Parts: sequence; C-alpha cells; structure tokens
Amino acid sequence: MNTTRTRRWTPVTEAMNVPPREGRLVIAGSRQVAVFNLNGRFLTIDNACPHKGGPLCDGIVSGTTVVCPLHGQRFDLETGAPVLASQPDCLRTYPTRVENGILYICFEPE
Amino acid sequence: MSYLLDMVWCGEHEEDRSARFINDRVHANIQKDGTFSVVPRMRGGVTSPAELRRIADVAEKYNVRMVKITGSQRIDLLGIKKSDLPKVWADLGMPSGQAYTKGVRMVKTCVGTEFCRFGVQDSTATGIELERRFENLYTPHKFKMGVSGCPRNCAEATVKDLGFVGQEGGWQVVVGGAAGKTVRKADLLITVATTEEALEAAALFFQYYRENANYLERSYDFVERLGIEKIRKETVYASPEAKQGLLDRLARSKAMAKDAWQEGAQPVHPTQFIPIEVPEAALK
Repeated sequence: MNTTRTRRWTPVTEAMNVPPREGRLVIAGSRQVAVFNLNGRFLTIDNACPHKGGPLCDGIVSGTTVVCPLHGQRFDLETGAPVLASQPDCLRTYPTRVENGILYICFEPE
Repeated sequence: MSYLLDMVWCGEHEEDRSARFINDRVHANIQKDGTFSVVPRMRGGVTSPAELRRIADVAEKYNVRMVKITGSQRIDLLGIKKSDLPKVWADLGMPSGQAYTKGVRMVKTCVGTEFCRFGVQDSTATGIELERRFENLYTPHKFKMGVSGCPRNCAEATVKDLGFVGQEGGWQVVVGGAAGKTVRKADLLITVATTEEALEAAALFFQYYRENANYLERSYDFVERLGIEKIRKETVYASPEAKQGLLDRLARSKAMAKDAWQEGAQPVHPTQFIPIEVPEAALK
C-alpha cells in the first residue's frame, strides 16, 4: 500500500465545537463517527459501540480511552481496540487533523 | 470528584464538565437506544390540567415513544433525541425533575387532610414544601422522599431516604429507608409537633448526609454504617451551633442551586445538545 499518497480530508466543523476531554457525534452522510478532543489532540472512531450500539460520543474520556455510557465497555481512541479482552470487536479509527481552527477527518476506506 | 468539589465550594467554582456522566451533561437519562427520557418536576406528585395538556402536546409534537407514570408520582417521556431536549423543556415550561442524577428526586405524597377521610396531617402541602426546599441540590446518591398524612402510610414514607409519617398532633421523621436493591424500613430520627420542626429535622439530616456519606452511598447504607444514635446526636440533638452550621451550609448550597434545564436556553457549550453535521457538498 502506498502510504505516501495524498489523503482526502473532509472539513467537518470548527475545532472549538468539540470541547476539551469531551466527544461529539459527527454525521457524515450515512456514517456516524465520534470525534474527541484530548486537550487539543483530536481523535475519531466509529460512534456505535460494538457491544449494544451505545453512543460512544457521549462516553466519559479517560486518558486516551472512552467509556461507553450504556454498559461501560472501554475503547482506546488511538487504535479503536477494546481495553478488555472480553469485548472482541475493534472499532475503526479515522485520521483527524486541525488546520487553521478547522477540524478535518479522512473518511476514505482504510 | 465533581460532587465533592460542589459540596465544598457550594457552586462557587469553575467545573470541569467533561468529568460528568452524559446524564449530567445534558440533564436527561440516557436509554438503551441512545435517546433520552425527560421527567419534569411535579412537586409532591401534584399536577394540573394545564400541565397535563402541555405534557400531552409535547408527547405528540416530538413523537414520544412512551408516556409512562413513574413510581415517583411523575410522568416520564421516553425516546427523546438529545437535540430535541432544549425544545422539549421550553415547550413543557416545567423545571427538571432531576430523574437522571445523583440528587434530589421527588417527594411522594398521599392526599392527606385536604381530601382523605383518615388524614391527620396535610401531606401534600408539606411534601410540596419539602420538595421546594431541597430541589436542584445534589447528593452522594439519589435521594427520594415521601410524606404520608397518617400512619396508614400510603406514600410509603418508611421506605424512602427521608420520610414524614403524620400522627395525631405531629410528625414522625424517618430516615434511611429503601425499597430497591434492598428493602429496609427507615429508622425514626425524631417525632415533632409541628411541620416546621419536621422540615428542620429533615434539613439537618439531609445536609449531614450530603457532607458525611461516601459518594454513591445511599442513605440506607449510610444510616446503617453510622447508626441512628450517632446520626441523632449529630443532627437533631446536636448543639445549637452545630445545627446552625448544617442549616447555613445547606442554605448556601441552595442559594447557588438552579434548575438544570435552564441550560436549554443557555447551553454551556454551542454543541452541548447538537450533533455536528457535515454538509453534503463537503462529502462529494
């Protein structure tokens, strides 16, 4: 895979719309992702918890993980991996960056 | 941590909202499908035709999936989208019932002397006053109350965190009752002659619990851990100075407390309730 090719970045919103240490739901067509602001570092994962579909955007952020508000499943925001082995499914992560105060997410296939 | 800071600073501090569970960030109870439930405050379980009409209108306008009478003598509107919460609150025109938080839930009442053939105390008016005095305050765990107008105890006050049971010529004030994960009959805190004395005893216990219970410790565990004798000595039978201290600190918290649903009109953050939608054009 050519890792040097140019990514297609989608402008999403002003970065200030995602407050520090909180998540927000981003609706991009039929796709729903959760973007988190880890004190200026922005990370994006699929919004639906693979356990019972809980909205991860509403979870409490702890370090670089988020805790699902429905049943407490925890995921690493950097890798999308579950923190406990009991939850086998991994979430997709989306490259995210901020430029001139605008938040960009790359929704292209991995 | 958020609770402890609020207890110490009585609201005079800048809070880190991100430490709150989602329920306390949007002031509604998250459901299994990610929607929320809305329970307006209905003090003492008493409502009016006008309120019921507004509730019915809201239920139709926002396609509420279920309208449910709760065990707390209130009405629950289930299946509301987060982005609709501020509009629902505005249309209801009623304050938050705090049904989603570790805080003052409600006062369940029976009809009392106003209508009941057996009532010996005015349980509805007393329950409404009790709810007014403690509403919008936060507690280590949820806090439910009940006021019964006679010993038949139709409001089940003896299985509430705090209850009044009407007697001929007075009230029994009981604390530490439960009818949830465990069932526990409340302990008698004190028997008093007047409603104002009952309300003061309630305030003393309420603030003592707020200050001394562990976070997430229900009153029934708290009363059992400390023992009712110690609690009596440090609340209703404490020195006048100690009692005044409890009442003053409660008054200070109450003065700072406000209806959480006011944030519907004045959100703490522009996207507190709304999702971020990427415009179609940007996706092409």
